[in-house]
Amino acid sequence: MEVVTYTNVETFVQHLPEVTAAGVWIKAIIILAVISAVAGFGTYLERKVLAFMQRRLGPMHVGPYGLLQIIADGIKLFTKEDIVPQNANRLIFMLAPAITAATAFIALAAVPVFPNFTIPQWVPVLGGTFVPSIAADLNIGILFVLGMMAAGLYGPLLAGMAQANKWGIIGAARTAVQFLSYEVVTGLSILAPIMLVGSLSFVDFNAAQAGGISHWLIWQQPVAFILFLIAGFAETNRTPFDLLEHEAEVVSGYATEYSGMRWGMFFIGEYANMITISIIAAVVFLGGYSEEGIGWLTIILKVGFFFFLMLWIRAAWPHVRPDQLMWLCWKVLMPIAVINVVITGIVMMV
Amino acid sequence: MGLEQFKNRNVGQQKYVKLELGQTPETPMGKFSQVLRRTFKPELIIGLWVTMREMINALFKGQMHTVKYPFEKLPISPRYRAIHEMLRLLESGHYRCIGCGLCEKICISNCITMDTRYDENQRKEVSEYTINFGRCIFCGYCAEVCPELAIVHGPRYENASEQRASFSLFEDMLTPIDKLNLQQEYDGFGAVSPNADENIKKTPLAY
Ligand code: SF4
Ligand code: SF4
Repeated sequence: MEVVTYTNVETFVQHLPEVTAAGVWIKAIIILAVISAVAGFGTYLERKVLAFMQRRLGPMHVGPYGLLQIIADGIKLFTKEDIVPQNANRLIFMLAPAITAATAFIALAAVPVFPNFTIPQWVPVLGGTFVPSIAADLNIGILFVLGMMAAGLYGPLLAGMAQANKWGIIGAARTAVQFLSYEVVTGLSILAPIMLVGSLSFVDFNAAQAGGISHWLIWQQPVAFILFLIAGFAETNRTPFDLLEHEAEVVSGYATEYSGMRWGMFFIGEYANMITISIIAAVVFLGGYSEEGIGWLTIILKVGFFFFLMLWIRAAWPHVRPDQLMWLCWKVLMPIAVINVVITGIVMMV
Repeated sequence: MGLEQFKNRNVGQQKYVKLELGQTPETPMGKFSQVLRRTFKPELIIGLWVTMREMINALFKGQMHTVKYPFEKLPISPRYRAIHEMLRLLESGHYRCIGCGLCEKICISNCITMDTRYDENQRKEVSEYTINFGRCIFCGYCAEVCPELAIVHGPRYENASEQRASFSLFEDMLTPIDKLNLQQEYDGFGAVSPNADENIKKTPLAY
């Protein structure tokens, strides 16, 4: 395997204008607004796609093709009574959904969402402000995002333990099991591409894969890609690893006692995480975005594909049991990930 | 699809296929190779294809299964016993009931209440006829006993109503006079549904 060293990273980023605090603020607001909306739209997409795959129609009656269903759901969630169960730990119970939602959005601060742009001069006050594609272009971007998403697991964990409900406790226990299982695989699987690129920044990853499909890291690291995808499914609690809230076994797991907007925050957090994982997979393995031309359309397509893949797999595959998840992660995926890292290292050395 | 293959009840002539289940591996090497075989079997991919195929079928080949219920209804069997209807004579438009009282007599939950009197032509007319649908068990005896095919079971199975009375009076059950030409004759209790042939399935006896 030919090992490429990337020395032109600096030339790629140098011509960008200066990032100001105002730009970052605007970016943060855009992310918050758009991703919440997209997460809401994601619930609609999920219902539609799952319905089509079962030869149903899905939501149809609120608005054209049921498009306004999200708004109806939103109104319902907002106006529902905020119930805190009797023996629950009030503070933690009320805080836990905020952890999930907040960490999901904090993670999005370090991933590239939407292209760079400069607000035109004729806009009052903010005219001429440069809005970067990444709100906070950390040089350890990947670690930050993965760390934030891992911290997001405190949401289900605390929620499950605070609600004085046996299903919640089981859900919380499963959260811990899941967390301990996949987190190793996520880190190890993404380590090999990091070794190849030699950076933890998403911008560097993007620059390293500039130059067409043949430069994508998926061709050099197919194993790491699949491992990362599996771990990503576990990270976002998607089928086949949604044992935290598996209705058939534990009612709704950690979310059993939640209703209204607090439950909605878990939901928005989950969908934001799905988007984050899709963006990471697209940037790290599938070439990411390019600044010129329709480059941004391609990453939207890639993210859309991963999002669709998650729904598709939910429609097709059965769940795994918690013990199967542990077995899979520790006895199968982790050894493969380690071997992958070692082989990558050997190839790079030779 | 023809029905010939379903009507073939000659046991022993069908093709039996024995499933190749293989052997449970005994040796570690055998177990390992089984793991390998199962790992690289494209079963998960096949599962993905199956759902995708259904989605394509549903979206592009018109195989969507949803019936938009309150707007679309599936046909029901003519044997279905729903809310009663009182039929009219097609020629004169007069109601068919002759006030014989057999339905009231046979009703096993005593829910039919009727009263009759002589009209000016000394004909018997029904002065009062109600069915208490809170008690009716939809057994169908009233329709079966009626000598005039006057009381029959209609196809109206949506029984939710604000008032029970809204479909239990004689006038409510009677075919509206302007809809007389739409009045459906009742096939009776032995009737088969129009799509009975399509519904025939293999019974275990045929295997
Ligand atoms: S269906 Fe049976 S219970 Fe109902 S009115 Fe007729 S005889 Fe009585
Ligand atoms: S059995 Fe028929 S004809 Fe006799 S009273 Fe009842 S509905 Fe009328």
